[in-house]
Amino acid sequence: MNKVLGGFGRGVGRGIIRMGIRFVLMVNKQGQTRLAQYYEYLTLDERRALEGEIVRKCLARNEQQCSFVEHRNYKIVYRRYASLFFLVGVDNDENELAILEFIHLLVETMDRHFGNVCELDIMFHLEKAHFMLEEMVMNGCIVETSKSNILTPIQLMDKTS
Amino acid sequence: MDGKRQECRDHQSLPSPTPGGSKRRRVLLGALYNLHSLASKVEQLKSLGRELAMGSHHHGHSKEFLDLIKSIGEARSKAEEDRIVLREIETLKRRINDAEIPNRKMKEYIIRLLYVEMLGHDASFGYIHAVKMTHHHSLLLKRTGYLAVTLFLTDSHDLIILIVNTIQKDLASDNYLVVCAALNAVCRLINDETIPAILPRVVDLIGHAKDAVRKKAVMALHRFYQKSPSSVSHLLSNFRKRLSDNDPGVMGASLCPLFDLVSDDADSYKDLVVSFVSILKQVAERRLPKAYDYHQMPAPFIQIKLLKILALLGSGDKQASGHMYTVLGEIIRRGDSVSNIGNAVLYECICCVASIYPNPKLLEAAADVIAKFLKSDSHNLKYMGIDALGRLIKLSPHVAEQHQLAVIDCLEDPDDSLKRKTFELLYKMTKSSNVEVIVDRMIDYMISISDDHYKTYIASRCVELAEQFAPSNHWFIQVAHNLMRLIAEGFGENDDAADSQLRSSAVESYLQIIGELKLPSVFLQVICWVLGEYGTADGKHSASYISGKLCDIAEAYSNDENVKHLLRVSLFEKYHIFLLARRPGGSSHQLSRGGDLGGVESQSKRGAWAVTVKVRVRFPAGVIAEGEIVGAEAYAVSALMKIYAFEVAARRKVDILPECQYLIEELLASHSTDLQQRAYELQTLIGLDAQTVETTMPQDASCEDIEVDKDLSFLNGYVQQSLEKGAQPYIPEDVRSGMRNMNNFRSQDHQESLQHGLRFEAYEIPKPPMQPKVTPVSFASSSDIVPVPEALSSREIHHISSVGSTSEAGSSELKLRLDGVQKKWGRPTHSSPASSATVSASYSTSEKPTNGATKVDGATAVNSRVRDIYESRKAQVEISPEKQKLAASLFGGSTKPEKRSSTSHKVPKSNASTSVPNEVAMEKTIHQPPPPDLLDLGEPDVTTAPPPVDPFQQLEGLLDPSFNSATDHNVGAATNSPDIMAFYAEATASGGNSIPVIGDNINLLSELSNAAVKAKSGKTIVTPSKGLNAQDSLQKDALVRQMGVNPSSQNPILFRDLLG
Repeated sequence: MNKVLGGFGRGVGRGIIRMGIRFVLMVNKQGQTRLAQYYEYLTLDERRALEGEIVRKCLARNEQQCSFVEHRNYKIVYRRYASLFFLVGVDNDENELAILEFIHLLVETMDRHFGNVCELDIMFHLEKAHFMLEEMVMNGCIVETSKSNILTPIQLMDKTS
Repeated sequence: MDGKRQECRDHQSLPSPTPGGSKRRRVLLGALYNLHSLASKVEQLKSLGRELAMGSHHHGHSKEFLDLIKSIGEARSKAEEDRIVLREIETLKRRINDAEIPNRKMKEYIIRLLYVEMLGHDASFGYIHAVKMTHHHSLLLKRTGYLAVTLFLTDSHDLIILIVNTIQKDLASDNYLVVCAALNAVCRLINDETIPAILPRVVDLIGHAKDAVRKKAVMALHRFYQKSPSSVSHLLSNFRKRLSDNDPGVMGASLCPLFDLVSDDADSYKDLVVSFVSILKQVAERRLPKAYDYHQMPAPFIQIKLLKILALLGSGDKQASGHMYTVLGEIIRRGDSVSNIGNAVLYECICCVASIYPNPKLLEAAADVIAKFLKSDSHNLKYMGIDALGRLIKLSPHVAEQHQLAVIDCLEDPDDSLKRKTFELLYKMTKSSNVEVIVDRMIDYMISISDDHYKTYIASRCVELAEQFAPSNHWFIQVAHNLMRLIAEGFGENDDAADSQLRSSAVESYLQIIGELKLPSVFLQVICWVLGEYGTADGKHSASYISGKLCDIAEAYSNDENVKHLLRVSLFEKYHIFLLARRPGGSSHQLSRGGDLGGVESQSKRGAWAVTVKVRVRFPAGVIAEGEIVGAEAYAVSALMKIYAFEVAARRKVDILPECQYLIEELLASHSTDLQQRAYELQTLIGLDAQTVETTMPQDASCEDIEVDKDLSFLNGYVQQSLEKGAQPYIPEDVRSGMRNMNNFRSQDHQESLQHGLRFEAYEIPKPPMQPKVTPVSFASSSDIVPVPEALSSREIHHISSVGSTSEAGSSELKLRLDGVQKKWGRPTHSSPASSATVSASYSTSEKPTNGATKVDGATAVNSRVRDIYESRKAQVEISPEKQKLAASLFGGSTKPEKRSSTSHKVPKSNASTSVPNEVAMEKTIHQPPPPDLLDLGEPDVTTAPPPVDPFQQLEGLLDPSFNSATDHNVGAATNSPDIMAFYAEATASGGNSIPVIGDNINLLSELSNAAVKAKSGKTIVTPSKGLNAQDSLQKDALVRQMGVNPSSQNPILFRDLLG
């Protein structure tokens, strides 16, 4: 009995690596992916399926409902900016509100870099958006939250190239 | 509308320090002074700005790339997007292998490959080029290459070997950014086997001069620890050392590995408690650089991580916890409950308080915060509040009582997330007095949802609770019954995969069980039925395996007629299934659905043998057998029949095991006519051709209604044919015999009195005793048990048995039953914005104890009581009586509402401080106070007492001077930005490219001047890349035009500011 129950724990079959953040997604209102970063390996099909499912789930929710959705073993924390949804899949132990603010920090950082950041900026500068995320999150953990620390390497790179 | 927006961007470029900008500023200022000509000037300005921007090809994107992005951005459907991507794949395949591709072009190709994969298509043909790009000497290309590789490959991919070498070289680079890029890749691509090749270099980098490198090196080491703890077991002290790093970023990063280490082995890190506490204190006192502030909150993400670690360290350790009380109290006291981030920190504090050795004052403070959360209108906060309540409730059970109505509101909220969280809470506060209500609620909810994963989860919770707290066996059976219905009826619509999973897990568990002990016959019946119906459905077990098992049962229980029977039934079913089906159920997710069934079993084991499982077994030739009236042997035969039938139907050769053959032969000679008949049926069925078998024994049709065509209309054609051939038409018997009172024939009462002669018709099957029609009201009074199974199933059976009798009553009941079923298993309706009342009604069937009668009469009497209970509700919201009832049953145990109101009076804080339960006081080990020198921190900053010289303060001085001002500015910008954004929103909302009307201009003007003022005050130092500056806007503008996207056309949404 207990064995059976044990199967429902988080991260089933995915190894035992502890990580707060399992993926970061940006998806627009039409459900089109604009950025996807997974911190654990999923096959292309798994990603496709996962994205489809959670986007459908999140799009169906209204403004009043809370920004957290459970999906399988993940908890999705999402936030909408204009046409773009930011979805972060986290472990069950994660502080949802903090993740919600992490999303905002990410958007603020992008805004600082791009200036009035919009969906198109992310599309044109996909790699830069990724670079920012790389600075902020490693191994599924939030490692950097200072905007200037996040952006410095990117600015330096812009200059040299 | 976006034309306006362009203007805004142009206006915004006013304060730009670039030469072009000042020129335009003059132009614009001119415009400002001349209101009348403003419109035209703005036009002029716009074109000017555009020209200027067009000239600069800063982005270096090719036309092709722009077109690709444009078309992806404007794709209207997934299909269209797929078409675009497929075309793109073709292009890339053609081109990417060309010999001489300029670097810049190659980078673009790689990014296009990223798009291909991101949008769900395979880009593996280009992986090698991403790998090659990592070799490039240009930083940007290298990093792009690394990025692509980390996105494309797992750490076990064959290509990784080609990268390890590059990584090694890059880790030794002079350019720290190259080192950083390589370290990023290390975290993603290095696996157990390649760790040794990289490890020495990474260790060296932990002492690197650049903090960015140190930070990433720490994380790389962290990754190694995650991947293979033994590989770095001798290096763990590095993490401790980095805790006292001069750079707060490195310190913050080191918390990640430390969190893992503490989770794995808290005892070894108790000595760090004091350090963590001291760091947390300094962070909370704003000693960290301002750059780490987020919305006026000092380094909240670091605080949260520290709190998580402290929660682990203080758990069950009185002494360690003692160090934390002060700082926790302080943070909660100063807590900012307005902003999200403030609440996030507060929430983490509660988690910590709930985890460490309890402190009455802190618990009280935590309870206050929870109260704020729960009273908030924000669902997010409620959610956090419910979660926090769940954590605190073990320590101070009374806390929940203060919030009972808030909790119930959350439970009834249409928001699924909130509801689930609340179930989680209820699960934690279940005791024997409220288990019935809670489990009922859970089951109702389970029925109403379609999410398999959660369904399984909640089912297992139900079972767990039922096992643990069941007040009576009777109730226990009810629950099991409810859960079991799910096996046969499925979970609702459209989730075959889930159903088949549930079924195969049921089969698994039963197969295990039948080996075990002497099982009660009723349970065996269930097992036989399940094995027969679904034993071979998932293809895991062969028909002969299952039938062998069934024969074993028949032998073991040969005295038990019931069992034998059942066995036959299920053996039968087994073959049936195997054959037919093989539903496309190779379901991808391996979530075990065993929980519910496991519960069913264990519950049965508990001695709940009284369950009369009324299983319908479908037989060929329209014979309907009721599980309850036949013996187990009959079941076994029927199961066998099903199995063989399935085999036949699947056009497979049926190998009847010798023991099965023996069993069948034995039964053919059985004294029981029932068994005999079954055996014969089985024999006949096996002889039939596949098609017939398939029709007579359709797979997985146990819950489908059997339509009995009383008129035999399917014979019409045949009859017609015969008539045409000159056959005699059929004359009804009553006409023939002149009997007029044939109608009476149907009602048995009359029949007996009226008919005296011999009767030729079979006697009607005796009706089971009529159940009193269950009305919602009658159950509302009992309020706790949902008597679904009894009521429904008995009706069901009645219906089935009466079909044969062709009574009118039977057909009307058929209708009745369907209604019930539909309501019961239909989809949940809470997506509709209905009130909670309608929602609860929608998933409560008629049997459910809610609303209805109680609502009407109770309202007046109860209101006064409620007022006392829940004073916090400012506006004296009318609290419906059923809610109160629920509250009473959930929180007050079996107490009556009256009683509850009195208990809730005494609730508040007075006993909060006294009632720290003793059980929680389990201290694992009393830890020695950390010796002062044990810190092992290398540097002498963090000690027991707050260090005389604060490391972070020193740090602040070291930071480059523009840093602070830059961040200051940033704060200003952040707070100011809403204005601009609002302005954009307004402007964009108010029209297309047309020349603005006067009214708008005034608006525009005021906003303009605002912007100008802001610019003057805030932007003394503007770093070139900072947002909101002219060049960026212009570039963006230019880009937009370059690619020919007209903002006002297809997809204006792409242009909307995210923060707008």
